[in-house]
Amino acid sequence: MASKTEVQALTSQEYKHGFVTDIDEELAPKGLNEDIVRLISSKKAEPEWLLEWRLKAYRHWLTMKEPHWANVTYGPINYQGIHYYAAPRKQPKSLDEVDPEILAMYEKLGIPLEEREQLAGVAVDAVLDSVSVGTTFKDKLSELGIIFGSFSEAVQEHPDLVQKWLGSVVPYNDNFFAALNSAVFSDGSFAYIPPGVRCPMELSTYFRINAKDTGQFERTLIIADQGSFVSYLEGCTAPMRDENQLHAAVVELIALDDAQLKYSTIQNWYPGDKEGKGGIYNFVTKRGKCLGARSKISWTQVETGSAITWKYPSCILQGDDSQGEFYSVAVTNHRQQADTGTKMIHLGKRTRSTIISKGISAGRGQNTYRGQVRIHGSAVKSRNYSQCDSLLVGSECGAHTFPDIEVMSPTAQMEHEASTSKIGEDQLFYCQQRGLRPEDAVSMIVNGFCKQVFLNLPMEFAVEAQKLITVSLNLEGTVG
Amino acid sequence: MALLEVRNLRVGIGEKEILRGVDLTVNAGEVHAIMGPNGSGKSTFAQVLAGRGTFTVTDGQARYKGKDLLALKPEDRAREGLFLAFQYPVEIPGVSNAYFLKSALNAVRQHRGLEELDAMDFMSLVSEKAKLLSLDESFLKRSLNEGFSGGEKKRNEILQMAVLEPTLAVLDETDSGLDIDALRVVATGINAMRGPERAMVVVTHYQRILEYVAPDFVHVLFAGRLVKSGDKELARELERRGYSWIEEEFAAKTAGS
Repeated sequence: MASKTEVQALTSQEYKHGFVTDIDEELAPKGLNEDIVRLISSKKAEPEWLLEWRLKAYRHWLTMKEPHWANVTYGPINYQGIHYYAAPRKQPKSLDEVDPEILAMYEKLGIPLEEREQLAGVAVDAVLDSVSVGTTFKDKLSELGIIFGSFSEAVQEHPDLVQKWLGSVVPYNDNFFAALNSAVFSDGSFAYIPPGVRCPMELSTYFRINAKDTGQFERTLIIADQGSFVSYLEGCTAPMRDENQLHAAVVELIALDDAQLKYSTIQNWYPGDKEGKGGIYNFVTKRGKCLGARSKISWTQVETGSAITWKYPSCILQGDDSQGEFYSVAVTNHRQQADTGTKMIHLGKRTRSTIISKGISAGRGQNTYRGQVRIHGSAVKSRNYSQCDSLLVGSECGAHTFPDIEVMSPTAQMEHEASTSKIGEDQLFYCQQRGLRPEDAVSMIVNGFCKQVFLNLPMEFAVEAQKLITVSLNLEGTVG
Repeated sequence: MALLEVRNLRVGIGEKEILRGVDLTVNAGEVHAIMGPNGSGKSTFAQVLAGRGTFTVTDGQARYKGKDLLALKPEDRAREGLFLAFQYPVEIPGVSNAYFLKSALNAVRQHRGLEELDAMDFMSLVSEKAKLLSLDESFLKRSLNEGFSGGEKKRNEILQMAVLEPTLAVLDETDSGLDIDALRVVATGINAMRGPERAMVVVTHYQRILEYVAPDFVHVLFAGRLVKSGDKELARELERRGYSWIEEEFAAKTAGS
């Protein structure tokens, strides 16, 4: 048989971004208590209200239990064995001051800041571990009144905006990991687009987990004011590690009247070795609120990394005629487990949502789609369309779907489609018979499967995503 | 030297033997028809030539262009100019017909030491071939075989053949499921490909397609062997009399031996 053994051979290549950069780190002692929360807050010279908010979150977190309803299994996490604060010692004010080692690391990843700046027209707010190391295009953006930078900066420079919106979409007590994040978040990105402004470039951040034993607690807040438009890109890779690393980020998006917010993610964190050892735990809370009438929030994600993924980018459709979208490709290979999906909460009248989810499982990967669509009584004439497709590569992987649909309005329209298919020996043979190598054939079939989602990514990201899928399924080298 | 020489080819799937010693010689320029009742092993033979891994070759040999065909990977057979028109072409959602065919053509061209065609050159080549098969350009933008009618799938196979220009084309029941108009279009496409450098093996249950694509030789595959060979008169006789007399002849022969 061509299929089984060949597909297995094709999917057993190794992660290529595994290296550790030697940068001096400032570490908080391991463990978590109120003093650590205070330390983080004081390191950042935060206002009193923010410290109080963190402490409230911490105290609430102590009363919560780690959730285990997701369709994933992992060993216990020792929350006292984690450093909750790490920062590069030099705090650069401009790109020139950025540690050359950090820049070299971006080079290795193929994302040189300077090149991005010039060629791609992308403003990159690079986050290494917890503190921003470089911000570009700031001047150009500030001419338009756009605020884009690190979260800590925003706390200093625009405390009113932060205080107004922080926790307004994901409250500090929302869930176990969100509460933990609220208590100890170190940094992240902040963007504010003023009324009527169309952000002229894709806003982009590259996250990277680097410090040993360091949890990552990013906090991102993006506000699109009335009639504005912004597209935000988030992309990640991480170095090889033996211990599992916890990542519990929170992303909050707010769209006011007629605003459009597009958030695209490529996530390529270290998934662990073939036996699942050393991968990153990615427990993320991402949620957008369409607060204004006719507003729109669109999530697009390509998830190929992490050992465990627990992530449901969601939309609360509060404004009348608002729209939510979720486009997702999730790949699990080797021992990876992903439990991901979305929530669409319809509150406003004539709200619409679209869910397109593509799960790809290879090796012994387990891929779960979990989605909730709730149309409240107030959401008259609202609509949802959901499509969940699963593709299996090989015979030892799994795909699972848990759709949860709750409709409380008699005028609502719901559609749900689902399919599961397998890359068949017949498809491979057909492609081979036309002269294609099996690895090229699998890559072609998989990219065809993901096409609907890739179409929603910004162009340069779409190309990157295609490559990444090929790499994640270990089909690299012969494709191109 | 013959283009294809098959000697005593024995093939099975699992424990079951399907081909029990097939001999066939095909020279460049020739068209051979292989006919036979259902379950006689026709499709198995076509697929084994193309290298399908589902089947196990237990004995015999096959030489193609002087090379050991059975030692080549399926994609290398294709690159060497062996083309199989599938009885059931597979669907690949999200991959456009044009993109697939361009990738295939460039794989083959690369193997032959030719430059890869860019999108423009490819489109002008493929549009010309598509016209011959009464396929319009929108057809090329659709996902490969997805939602195609039976006739469209078969025409698409012949379009691929026309673009890839194989040395040896094996057509596996290309006529099945076609109405008379579609059959004519497909036959026109096949005939346009005939030439002194190219050979074809047409596998079919019915004689019908052979009225349009006149074969030089007709062979009858029965119980895993080519039990009878002739010219196109043999095909007509099979049409008239069915396959039962072959069965009887075969039974008499095996009883006698």
